[in-house]
Amino acid sequence: MFSELLGIAIIFGATVLLAIPLGLYLATVYRGDKSWSDFLAPLERLLFRAGGIDARRGMSWQQHLMALLTINLVWFLFAMLILCTQGVLPLNPDANPSMSPDLAFNTAISFLVNCNLQHYSGESGLSYLSQVVVIMFLQFVSAATGMAACVVVFNALKEGTNEKLGNFYDYFVKSLTRVLLPIALLVALVLVFQGTPMTFAGKQPLITLQGDTTAVSRGPVAAMVAIKELGTNGGGFFGANSAHPLENPTYLTNMVENFALVLIPIAMVFALGFYLKRRRLSYMVFGVMTAGFLLLLAPTVYYEMQGNPAIAQMGTDMQLGAMEGKEIRLGAAASAYWGITNTIISCGSVNSMHDSHMPISGMSEMLGMMTNAFYGGVGVGFLNFFVFVIIAVFISGLMVGRTPELLGKKIEAREMKIAIIVALLHPLMILGGTAMAAHLYVSNPTEYAGWLANPGYHGFSEMLYEYTSAAANNGSGFEGLGDNTPFWNISTGVVLLLSRFLPVIGPVAIAGLLARKKYTPESAGTLRVDTATFGLMVFFVIWIIAALAFFPALALGPLAEHFSLY
Amino acid sequence: MKNNFASAFRLTLALLVLCCGVYPALVWGAALLAPGQGQGVQVSHKGRLVGFENVGQKFDWPEYFNSRPSAVGYAADGSGGSNKGPSNPEYLAEVNTHVAAFRQQNPSVKPGQVPVEMVTASGSGLDPHLSPAGAYAQVERVARLRGLPAERVRALVDARVQQPIFVLLGPSKVNVLQLNLALDSLSGR
Repeated sequence: MFSELLGIAIIFGATVLLAIPLGLYLATVYRGDKSWSDFLAPLERLLFRAGGIDARRGMSWQQHLMALLTINLVWFLFAMLILCTQGVLPLNPDANPSMSPDLAFNTAISFLVNCNLQHYSGESGLSYLSQVVVIMFLQFVSAATGMAACVVVFNALKEGTNEKLGNFYDYFVKSLTRVLLPIALLVALVLVFQGTPMTFAGKQPLITLQGDTTAVSRGPVAAMVAIKELGTNGGGFFGANSAHPLENPTYLTNMVENFALVLIPIAMVFALGFYLKRRRLSYMVFGVMTAGFLLLLAPTVYYEMQGNPAIAQMGTDMQLGAMEGKEIRLGAAASAYWGITNTIISCGSVNSMHDSHMPISGMSEMLGMMTNAFYGGVGVGFLNFFVFVIIAVFISGLMVGRTPELLGKKIEAREMKIAIIVALLHPLMILGGTAMAAHLYVSNPTEYAGWLANPGYHGFSEMLYEYTSAAANNGSGFEGLGDNTPFWNISTGVVLLLSRFLPVIGPVAIAGLLARKKYTPESAGTLRVDTATFGLMVFFVIWIIAALAFFPALALGPLAEHFSLY
Repeated sequence: MKNNFASAFRLTLALLVLCCGVYPALVWGAALLAPGQGQGVQVSHKGRLVGFENVGQKFDWPEYFNSRPSAVGYAADGSGGSNKGPSNPEYLAEVNTHVAAFRQQNPSVKPGQVPVEMVTASGSGLDPHLSPAGAYAQVERVARLRGLPAERVRALVDARVQQPIFVLLGPSKVNVLQLNLALDSLSGR
């Protein structure tokens, strides 16, 4: 038990320790200063030449968004094309069929938006070609898109900026060549040497020791799993994701994968401080995020290690904790830590089945996605947090009777409207979607009997979790939900799209508007945003907007289930 | 807009070469040096391929150490968990049957001592391990059915308990396939 707790403490400690130098490196790279990785500059020039791009041209916020949305559209069309025809394309040794259009729509969008809602199972639903050129490709570029958008906001907060907020392609390509590709390569090396397959050979048929016939699925797993975690996408190669013993073969690979997925989101926070030369600001942000994270982590670890009281009563030994849906080599503590890190960060890979977690753990995981700003996904986590900062600045400005200002720029009606729309979109998508699904189910339980794997409160939680996951671009699921139907594919697809692009467009627009405003030098009357008091303020704004809005829904699902068990 | 589109298209093609060509090729090349050459670590017994070290397989014969329940029947080409919620009455009834069956097969196990992993399905349905307690609880049965002294079977488990890494991090475990292979060698199969 001690070794399991120590294991998760070490992962978290190592992540934070390495995120600080990585943050400094990110700031250096995005500023375009000299760094050890400059030997990659010729490669970048080659890419820019291939794209016919002048990476030195400064862009306004509108031009940034146009470039970002256009290239995303290209990726979407490309992904749809491959997924709908994979059955007849090469690199398909297991002869898996092409996807139905609604499933392809859901899958293409899901990975485009750096989510990984998977309404298919990797072993039978995708060819190796799709795994590599659609899934893995989008895991790289969608992460880089988020990082680039985040740097645009950093730029806007810099003193003395105006219309031009850097070049989108420059940030995007550098995120790939200087950060994602090198680190992914390191992670992939650890994985292959720990036994994760990297092969283009198909299934291996065999007869087991006991004489059963089976076939073991394989594939180019290691390369994909590395970027799946690092880019906080989370889409697994196999159906069971990182619970699968080939995708995550040892406790060490589990530590490395879990480390990789938390690394860049935390590093981005420190990068903010180094980039703006305001280190205290990043400590404030990091403090708020970490407090939220630990508050969700503690009950989850506790309840998973305690185990299920209903099963303990049957005369079992609960030393190991709640083992339904968990792996022996990982254990309850590492599964709980993984579950929370993957939901506060919009990664959404799983190493244990969340549907079988204890009710309070399931609720903490949902809360992680409902707030979606405690670290958050690569790049976009900070964008979400930024929205809450704007709201907190406005509210505290009103409370003390001063003009709300953020780093010398006035926050006015337009910025507030955008911030509030983005902040309220999230509960609207989640609660609206769940209400619609629950209404359909209740009015015709026989027709939709295939939806829910569990009755009662838990069945409601399955639907709530699905929309929460879609709106947070998370992608993990209460996988008991029978979600490969046109209703779920299309409704969650729409939620995914809106919930990815509006929360990117909104903060970039606010940043663009702020950048244009006159800079008022800080004085004694300025509201300081890099203090603990303001941190507390942001924390409560997040709690009120993002968590309390969901309280009634959570009371109907996980809370009710908890009190029925204990 | 038109300009953006052309750039986006051409940059995408170039990135496909880099991220989906060069990068996986490097990992693939490194995998050739790794255990199992990137094919997965295979285990043979008497010249026959009997499994993968990391992929659990079904053991439900009583003279073998049994592996955990699996929601997918150890189908290694369709992994998955049961996704049963903790309060689902049908599920709890099923766990109760597992508990009763385990106690019947292993009468030496006292009430309150049934290892929880032997009555719950893993996340992947392919869990290759048991906890040491899960293996020890089956020693008496296996020894009895194979006509071996219990101490020798227990020593077999002792030798195959994998400690936490650096003795400090993570749980202890036993690989079921390796344990059963050793068991077969011991009884001369």
